[in-house]
Formats: sequence, structure tokens, C-alpha cells
Amino acid sequence: MNKEKYKEIVSKNTPKEDTVKNGIIAFLVGGGLGALSELLLRLYCLLFDMPRKEAGVLVILTLIVIASVLTALGVFDVLVSKVKAALIIPITGFAHSISSSALEYKHEGLVLGIGTNIFKLAGTVILYGVVAVYFFGIIRLIIMGG
Amino acid sequence: MTTKYNNVYIEDTYTVCGNYENDGPLSEYFDLKHEKDLYFGEKTWEKAEVKLLKEAVDGIIDKKKIEEEDIDLLISGDLQNQIAASDYMARDYNIPFLGIFEACATSGEGLLIGSTFVESKNAKRVLVTTSSHNMVAEKQFRNPTEYGAPKHKTATFTATGAVAILLSNKKSKVRIESSTVGKVIDLGTTDVNHMGAVMAPAAGEVIYNHLKDTKRKPDYYDLILTGDLGIYGKDILKDYLMTNYNLDISSNYNDCGTMLYDIQKQPVFAGGSGPVCSGLVNFGYIYKEMLQGKFKKVLIVPTGAVFSPTFTFQKESIPSIANAISLEVVE
Repeated sequence: MNKEKYKEIVSKNTPKEDTVKNGIIAFLVGGGLGALSELLLRLYCLLFDMPRKEAGVLVILTLIVIASVLTALGVFDVLVSKVKAALIIPITGFAHSISSSALEYKHEGLVLGIGTNIFKLAGTVILYGVVAVYFFGIIRLIIMGG
Repeated sequence: MTTKYNNVYIEDTYTVCGNYENDGPLSEYFDLKHEKDLYFGEKTWEKAEVKLLKEAVDGIIDKKKIEEEDIDLLISGDLQNQIAASDYMARDYNIPFLGIFEACATSGEGLLIGSTFVESKNAKRVLVTTSSHNMVAEKQFRNPTEYGAPKHKTATFTATGAVAILLSNKKSKVRIESSTVGKVIDLGTTDVNHMGAVMAPAAGEVIYNHLKDTKRKPDYYDLILTGDLGIYGKDILKDYLMTNYNLDISSNYNDCGTMLYDIQKQPVFAGGSGPVCSGLVNFGYIYKEMLQGKFKKVLIVPTGAVFSPTFTFQKESIPSIANAISLEVVE
């Protein structure tokens, strides 16, 4: 049997992923998380009498701590399987990818285990995040003058 | 290549399962069941898998009241890199050892090699073991175990457990009647989340060749059982055999991956996988039901995707293998 014909057999017997449903769930839950973060931001502004920019950093830290604690407790992966990309796309997913890698390799030691593997998943985000920021920075400089 | 055996019997089997398999519909057929977690008192997942294998070997030695010296050869394989679970298990036993790898088709390869040694009278007793551990496989082939990225519908769930099969030249209730060695097949599937599609053609080819070589029809067997194609791979295999060879196996065909778990209730997506998935079903459930007389002739076809993540990242498609072994109740 040639590969093309086999591909037809496979696609005929393979279910479609519920991309629309998954997208809606991720949009609603992820959007909800965004709205909650905004509330938290305003709360921090009021409570600590600080500007938005500084309160934003505090909000991010809060989310990272909550996500990492949930990862350590073994709750985060269960939530991810239910709400799809909603918790992976925000900063919570970034924190989770780092803490889950650290947990996974702790038995291989501090250097060759955690040290080598902690950015196993997050490395891509960091690398291309930095590269993207560099290019967008140049574009911004050209268009808006800094 | 099809070989007939006149003198190879299954003396006994011993099966060890994890908590997910214990929650499944075949739990009553397993000899040792772990119910709590997947560490089994060990510190790491990898060591936990070694423990499973040792429990299987100790289990069969105790069950048959034999000594290590009574076993001429130990054949074992698993999914860990360098088949580490088998190697680290074997260092604790005073038995000549052969380590083998055919991914989830390992139990079939082990039985083939073991049967050859017994049939040629070079060994009186051969112990074939295999294992897999869900968390070890997740860590090695996918993401960190706590990461839990959303899975595709076609993804399968690596079974946790170990199985030991004791082959002997002494007559017993179930014998290995014949076997067919499969070829490595690759029909261009690249999707690591759809192993059923990767492995179905390998199963199809070996089933077709086995039936052709032995001049049998599918209904000669009470059951034809593939290893871990899952619910979608099962349909693909039936479609493949029908389209390619006009061969209909649907009346007595099933897949171990769809039998080990309650697919509706347990979080296993398209079904179970891993070397021990077919091992547990074939040598827990099927073997024990053969002893009871429910099945008389069964063709088991453990299926394996023999791939390396490195090649997958280099955009290579995934090769697969399956071997067919005919089990028969001795009248």
C-alpha cells in the first residue's frame, strides 16, 4: 500500500479534535484569569498606594507563586487537562513549565538534574521572547522614536 | 518467517499492575496489585519500574516453588533508555540474561526468542519478562510528569506493571504453537500522538503473513489480539486489511489497549499502551481464561513503535513492528 492511500485510511478513522470547544474554554477561563488579575492589580494599587506599573510586577509575582504551589501540590496538571490552554498561555504556564521540570529532575541532583533541565520547556520561550523583544524594540524605535 | 513449535509450553505467568490498571475491568486477573501510588516505596519512577520487574520475577519463582538455578535463561526488555529497568533488575539474579528491545512489542520478541531456545532443547526453562511505567515513559518521551499538557483524542496511556512468562519444555495446559516474525513497517506517519496509526500496518502485515504461511482463516482463532493500537488504531487495522488484502478479521478481533482500561471512565484517551499493556491482557486475562477453557486458540500480536525522539525531531516518520504468536490450549 502506498503512503498516500494509507493516509486516507488513517484520516477516515481518526476523530477531529474539538478545537472550537477547546478554544472557547481557553478563551473564557484564560479571559477570566486576566479579569481577576486586573482586579488584583487595582487592589494592590489601592492597598499599597503604588503606581500601576509597580503593582503589575506584584500581580505577576502573585500568579507565579500560586501556579508553582499548585504544580508542587500536583493540582496544576489536573486543571490544565480540564481548561486546556487557558492556564498555559498566561504567565502561570511559564511558571508551571519551570517548576514541573525542576520537580521532575530533582533526583538527578542540583547541577545535572535541576540545573540542566529546569528550562527544558521554558528555554524556547525565553530565547524567542528575548529575540522578539529585540526586533519589536527596533521597530518601535523607528516608528515611535523610542 | 513462520515457525511451528512442538515442544514449547507456558508453565505459568505472573502479573504485577499499578493503580490505574487495578481500577480497570481486568483487575481480578492480576497476581499482584499496587493500589496507592506509582512509587511503590521507591524514590524515583525509574527505580519503581525496576521494583515491578523484580516483583514479577520473585513472584513466579515463589509461585512455582523453584530456584533461580532452575531457570536457564532470562529474557527481558522495557521502554527505558538502554532497557535500564531490565538491566538493573537482572543484576540481582543469578540467571543468564538477554536484554531485548522492540518497544511495546517486546513481549512478543521475548516469547519468540525464548521459544526457539526451548524448542531446540538448549534450555529447559526460559523466563521472559517485560515492564513499563507510565511516569517513566512520560518523562522520557513527552513532558515532565507534572506538566500535564492537554492530550489528543488519539493519544494512548502507558500502562504500569510487569509481567513474567515462564516457558518450559514440560507439558502444561497452554502451549506456544507457532510464531511469525514481523517486518519493520513505515507508512509515513509522523504523528507521535497517534501511535495506533503508526503501528496498524505492522500488525496488518504480520497477521496477513501468519495466516498465509499457516494457510488459516481468521476464524481458526477464537481471538486475534493486537497489542496497543487503541480504539482508532483498531479501526485503521480492520480497514487496512480489508482494503489491502480483502481480509475481514472484525468478527474475532480485539486490541489489548482497549481492554485494559475502562475507556469511558478512566483518563486513558484512545486506550492503553506500553510493553506491559499487551503483557497484562495476554498473560493475565487471556492466559487465565485459556486455563479455564474460555478460549482455545488465540493469536497475540504485540505491536511496537520502534522510534527515537531524536529522529522524530529530525522530521523522520515512525517505524513500527509486530510479531504474531499463536497460543493453543493442549487437549
